[in-house]
Amino acid sequence: MNPRRQKRLVAVVAFVLLLGGAIGAMLYALQQNIDLFYTPSQLIEGMGDDKIKPEIGQRLRIGGMVVKGSVRRDPNSLKVSFDLVDTGPLVTVEYEGILPDLFREGQGIVAQGVLVDEKTILASEVLAKHDEEYMPPEVAEAVKGIKHVAPKNMQSYGQPKVSEPETITPEQGKPAGQQP
Amino acid sequence: MIAEYGQLALTFALCISLALAIVPLYGSFKGHQTALQLGNPLSYALFLLTAFSFWALSYAFWSNDFTVVYVATNSNSLLPWYYRLTAVWGGHEGSMLLWLLTLSGWIAAVALFSRSLPLQFQGRILGVMGLIAVGFYAFVLFMSNPFMRSLPYFPVDGRDLNPLLQDFGMIIHPPMLYMGYVGFAVSFAFAIAALMGGKFDSTWARWARPWTLAAWMFLTLGIMLGSWWAYAELGWGGWWFWDPVENASFMPWLVGTALIHSLAVTEKRGTFKSWTVLLAIAAFSLSLLGAFLVRSGVLVSVHSFAADPDRGLYLLAFLLVVVGGSLLLYALRMHSVRSQARYELFSREVLLWGNNIFLLTATLVVLLGTLFPLVHKELGLGSISIGEPFFNQLFYYLVIPFALLLGLGPWVRWKQQQVQPLLKPMSLVAIATLILALGTLAATQSIQANLALLGLLLGAWVGSSAIFELLQRLQQFGSVKQGLTKLNASHFGMTLAHIGFAVLVVGVAMTKTYSVETQVRMKAGEQVELAGYQFKLVEVYPLNGPNYTGEAAELDVSYQGDYVTHLHAEKRFYTVQRTVMTEAAVHARLSRDLYVALGESLSDDSWALSLYVKPFVRWIWLGGLLMALGGLIALCDKRYRRKTAPGELKETADA
Repeated sequence: MNPRRQKRLVAVVAFVLLLGGAIGAMLYALQQNIDLFYTPSQLIEGMGDDKIKPEIGQRLRIGGMVVKGSVRRDPNSLKVSFDLVDTGPLVTVEYEGILPDLFREGQGIVAQGVLVDEKTILASEVLAKHDEEYMPPEVAEAVKGIKHVAPKNMQSYGQPKVSEPETITPEQGKPAGQQP
Repeated sequence: MIAEYGQLALTFALCISLALAIVPLYGSFKGHQTALQLGNPLSYALFLLTAFSFWALSYAFWSNDFTVVYVATNSNSLLPWYYRLTAVWGGHEGSMLLWLLTLSGWIAAVALFSRSLPLQFQGRILGVMGLIAVGFYAFVLFMSNPFMRSLPYFPVDGRDLNPLLQDFGMIIHPPMLYMGYVGFAVSFAFAIAALMGGKFDSTWARWARPWTLAAWMFLTLGIMLGSWWAYAELGWGGWWFWDPVENASFMPWLVGTALIHSLAVTEKRGTFKSWTVLLAIAAFSLSLLGAFLVRSGVLVSVHSFAADPDRGLYLLAFLLVVVGGSLLLYALRMHSVRSQARYELFSREVLLWGNNIFLLTATLVVLLGTLFPLVHKELGLGSISIGEPFFNQLFYYLVIPFALLLGLGPWVRWKQQQVQPLLKPMSLVAIATLILALGTLAATQSIQANLALLGLLLGAWVGSSAIFELLQRLQQFGSVKQGLTKLNASHFGMTLAHIGFAVLVVGVAMTKTYSVETQVRMKAGEQVELAGYQFKLVEVYPLNGPNYTGEAAELDVSYQGDYVTHLHAEKRFYTVQRTVMTEAAVHARLSRDLYVALGESLSDDSWALSLYVKPFVRWIWLGGLLMALGGLIALCDKRYRRKTAPGELKETADA
């Protein structure tokens, strides 16, 4: 091998090693910092087809509507707790600090924190969007049932059934806690 | 009627951009002189029509014409006049019009300032920019028309501008940012035009450099202003959140920084050609990716505009066409380009190569962190978010070798560098670094903090190396005084930008380490101590603004008994949009910021307050400002304004 080729080889090998190392470090760091998003019903009933529930002590994000009348403040400190809901059971969020400007009962929020017991989250951060009608998209999906699967038997019949509803309306069409 | 004229002008502008995309390119391939010469007047016409259209929309805002849907959704008759005018780019449609204005502005500038370029080459650049313009003008006219009317039923008053945007930072942040984003279209057009001709030489790099520098400078300013605005306006006391949209602006910046360094190699040594072209394509593609991420509604962030899947789809398709088309051209043309210059392992070329590697790795980190949650969700694996620690951790590891290289880089010669002659100056720099860093820590009476120490060491290393190198360079002209007049501007610009980076690193490390914050419950008359400062809440009283109500808090701050300042923090309730906004009170000094945000009202007349003491936080923006200033000075270099030598002109015209 002539020296020029050799030099080039060294450069290429160094580049590949650097890139490999960087990607490895990146993926490792990524793995450490992923926070799964849950809605209150997913937290209690499990998520996905396998109904996976988060473990106690796990870092996660939760998004839901703040239940009206559930905000309880400690009279002597900035401790506060409130309940979140989407379509089913309630979970409680505990937080110490100043709630965001747009935190209001009946409004959608996202909290980041650690699961302390089955239905309680100790939040390190509470986020509300700067928008009056904001609902976290995941919660909107859960309560409105946007993601639905078309009935399977529709196609198998020769003619379309007229009686079949075109879209599936979930029983709880409106987010809980929302006033008319 | 004015709004209709605006729309008419915009329609004409679309036609002009079509002509601009076709005529000069046709001329360049057929050797048709008249067609090539049409490029200039078409560019000016495009700019004038767009400017008129922008004026028409501004006039609709100025005159509170709520029959225009966009005005009605983003303005209000109670809004002060200056915010009415900046509300023009407060929403999706208007900000796209601002985007068009900057794009046509850049096109007109290219037409105006590159008349000395070979006509064929200039025609191709304008043609490529015309192609980009067609995409954007069609997008605005057909998918997000700002001049839409809601006649005959129109609202009596508007829905008001988002309170977040009613701030001075917002007046200049988007125009600067867009100048940067769209400016990379010029570098892109230079690269594509050169690909069409298949000729890359140092002349080409010398032409492309000032445009890239200008775009980079604007983007730096835009990002810096955005960071400052978030700090002042969001009341969180932070200056960077790794928000997806911040990331979207940071990625083109990183690639753009790599590009200006790679262009330097192409200009001075005639190598790295294909690499430079790829970077120019990447910088513009990432700008487009940013536009897609912000405007498609796939991301949820403070910045995201109203979600509209169609617009997202259009921008995604446009992005794919641009990336796919340019990469195809690259694959077809680039194999014929050879770099001749040789260089040794220890040379400036290799160090700049290292600079590019680190900048691109950083881009990859940001890209991964931004897009991974999207991919994860689309694959049906559930929604996730990627925490700030991911970015912080990886940037921590990337900045250390990057800064070490940066301190060394300017000392190393092109082609080949012997180690021996560098030992003496580098050890001097190292000693200065130690003295500076430890001295600063000793002055602030805390040596145990390792992040701050590391930041100071790196900052002092980069900074003192830059200054020593400049001095040594100046002495080569005989004396420092003589050197000051003889050394070219781009060297001063480089030094200043590197010092800016050093200042930024120091600012980040010090703020990260020594910031203290507390959230407290206070009544009027009570006092809280934080980092030696006593914050006393004097009173809280109701507030009455033109389009808001709310409360204001007055605080007195003293340090070890001595009065420091008076702070005035507000909590505003914007009545039309029914949103609450925190106006933080900031007392800024070079060495520290005192920052107070008024929180919610609690029972028994007490208030929640956030108090922060943030040392060296100003250095972060100062660093950004110095970098942008460095870019501006480098831009003024005489050699970019020199007429092209006749020999070079002929050579490229033949291509």
